[in-house]
Amino acid sequence: MKKSEVVCRGLDICKTYWRGKVAVEALRGVSIQIKTNDYVSIMGASGSGKSTLIHILSCLDTPTSGEYYLEDKLVSSYTDLELAKVRNTFFGFVFQSFSLLPRLTALDNVALPLIYASTRKQERIRKAISILEKTGLGDRMNHRPNEMSGGECQRVAIARALINDPKVIFADEPTGNLDSKTGAEIMDIFDQLVDEGNTVVMVTHDASVASHARRIIKLKDGVIENE
Amino acid sequence: MNDFWIKISLSLQTFKTHRLRSFLTALGIIIGVSTVIAILSLIEGLNRSVAEQIQSIGSDLVFLTKHPMVMAGPQNIEEIASRPDLTPDDAVAISELPSVEVAIPEISQQITKIKYKDKEIASVRLIGSNDDFSQVNNRFVESGRDFSRDDINHRRNLSIVGSYVAKNLFPEESPVGKELNVRGHRLKIIGVFKEKGAFLGQSMDNMIVIPYTFFEKIFPRRGESIFERAFFGYSVDIKPKQGQVEKVIDGVRELMRRRHGLSFDKKDDFELGTQQMLMEIYQNITRVGFIAIVAIAAISLVVGGIGIMNIMLVSVAERTREIGIRKAVGASNQNILTQFLVESVFLALIGGIIGILFGLILAWLISVVSPLKASVSFWMILLGFGFSAAVGIFFGIYPARRAAGLNPIEALRYE
Repeated sequence: MKKSEVVCRGLDICKTYWRGKVAVEALRGVSIQIKTNDYVSIMGASGSGKSTLIHILSCLDTPTSGEYYLEDKLVSSYTDLELAKVRNTFFGFVFQSFSLLPRLTALDNVALPLIYASTRKQERIRKAISILEKTGLGDRMNHRPNEMSGGECQRVAIARALINDPKVIFADEPTGNLDSKTGAEIMDIFDQLVDEGNTVVMVTHDASVASHARRIIKLKDGVIENE
Repeated sequence: MNDFWIKISLSLQTFKTHRLRSFLTALGIIIGVSTVIAILSLIEGLNRSVAEQIQSIGSDLVFLTKHPMVMAGPQNIEEIASRPDLTPDDAVAISELPSVEVAIPEISQQITKIKYKDKEIASVRLIGSNDDFSQVNNRFVESGRDFSRDDINHRRNLSIVGSYVAKNLFPEESPVGKELNVRGHRLKIIGVFKEKGAFLGQSMDNMIVIPYTFFEKIFPRRGESIFERAFFGYSVDIKPKQGQVEKVIDGVRELMRRRHGLSFDKKDDFELGTQQMLMEIYQNITRVGFIAIVAIAAISLVVGGIGIMNIMLVSVAERTREIGIRKAVGASNQNILTQFLVESVFLALIGGIIGILFGLILAWLISVVSPLKASVSFWMILLGFGFSAAVGIFFGIYPARRAAGLNPIEALRYE
C-alpha cells in the first residue's frame, strides 16, 4: 500500500448559486482532506450540497469562498488551461448518467481524454483497448452508447476516467441509473480499483453503496454533519 | 497533426448527421463565392478584350488633339474653344521630327443616312485624312487602291470605305468604282478596307475615308457654336519610330508650343494622348463600377456568413452537453474553440470550393451564350478560398467562443 499523503485539501469551502434572484447556499463552510488510496463516500439527502462538493473537489466548479489545494497548490490561482489539464490528467470523473458522447464508439469515448493530453494515435488506441479489456468490455469496443446496456456504458465511463492514470477518481451517483445487480457489479470495480491503490471519492444517497467506502462523510444543508 | 485530423473528422461527422442542414448552410457561401468568381472573371475578360482592342487600333500611337480625349472632371469648354485649331500643316511639321515615323491630320464627322440605290446605312463616320491614313491606323486596302499624294493635293472626290459600309450598301457587288452621294457631293469609291472588328462594342468598319482637302469642301469650317469650336476640327495621329513614344510626346509638345507662340508660363493649349492613356482612362471610368459590382456580389457572402453563424449557434446549443463532457474529461477552452472554429471554417471552405467551381462554370456558360468573354486568373480562385475561409472564421468565432466559455457543470446539466 502507498504511503498516505494528502492529495486535495479544502478549507471552509462555500458555494452560493443564484437561481434567478434567489441565492442558494449549497455549501456553507466545508473542510475536507483526501489522502492517497482513500475510499470516501459523501452522503446526504437531495439538496444537501454533496454534488456541489464533488464538483468543486474535481475542479469542474469553483468555490465562492474558501481555499482548495491540490498537492499544496491553491486551485484559485490556476488558469483555465491549468484547470483543464487537472481535469484531464489529475482526476477522472464518473457520472450518474454516464455522459458518453453518443456519436463515438466505446473505444473513441475512452480515448477522448488522451486526445486532449496530446497522446499519439497508436498510443491512444493501445491504451484504450487495454483499459477496456481490463473492465471486461473487450468485445464492445466498436459499439456506440445506444448499442450497450447501462452497466456497459458505466464501465466505458469508468474506463474513460482511468485512462490518464488519475490521482483521484470521482464518481457522482455511479449506480444511480442502474438496477441493483448491475450497480453491485460496478461497485465491485470501484472496490477493486481501491485495492489496486487508487483513490476513489463518490457521492451517493444509497447507504448500501456508501458502505463500500472506508470513510463516509455525511452532508446536511451544506455542512458536514459527521464523519 | 494527428489532433488536427481528429478534429476534422469529428467535424465531418457532424456534417454527415446533418446533411441537408450543412448543405443549406453552405449554399449561402456557394452562391456568394460563385457570383463573385463569375463576375470577376467576366470583368477580367472585358478588361483583356479592351486592352487587346486598344492595341489593335495601331501600335503605340500618339494623339494630338485640341480637346481632351475624354472629358473627365470639370473642364472649361470656353477655354478649349478659344484654343487655336490644329491644322494639316501641324501634321506636316510633326512628321519632320526625328522621332516621328509619320503623322497625319484627321478630321471626322458623323453623317446620317447614306444611300446606294435601295440600300441605306443609318449613320456612318466620314473621316478626312491623307494617303498615310492606312499606314498609321494599321489598315489595309483589301480591294481597289489606296490614296495617292496627288489625290490629296488635288482635292479629288475619292473615298475608301470600311467593310461594314461595303457589306451593307453593296452586298452583292464590288463597291470599287461606284459612287456615293454625301450632302450633294459625289464620292467615287476607289478601295475597301479590310475588316477590323469592334472596339468597345462599336464597329470600327463603319467609316468612309476621303482626302481631308475634299472633306473641307463638304464641311467648310463654320465655327459658330462654342461646342463646335471646341470639339470639331483636326487632330493629328502620330506614329512614333520604334520605342520613341516618350521622345515624340516631348518633341511634339515643344514644337506645338513654339508654333502656337506660348511663353514658358502658359499652359499647353492642346492635348497629347497615347494608347496607354486610353487604357488608363478606360480603367478609371470602369474601376469604381467594377468595385461596386463585386461589393454587391460580396454582400451575398456576408449573408452566407450569417447563415453559418446561425447554424453554428444552433449547433453549440444542441451540443451543450457534449461540450460539458469534453470539458469534464480535460478539453481546454482553446480545444473547444478550435473544434467549433474548424467546423465553421470547414463548412465555409466546402461552400467556397463548390462556389468556385460553380462560378467558373457560370462564367464559362455566360461566355458561351453571350458575346462577353470570361477570363479566369489564379488569384480569383485564391481570393475565393481566402474569402470563404475569412467568412468561416469571422462568423464562426462568436459561436465558438460561446461554446468555449461554457461552464462545464452548467453544460453537463443542460438537457
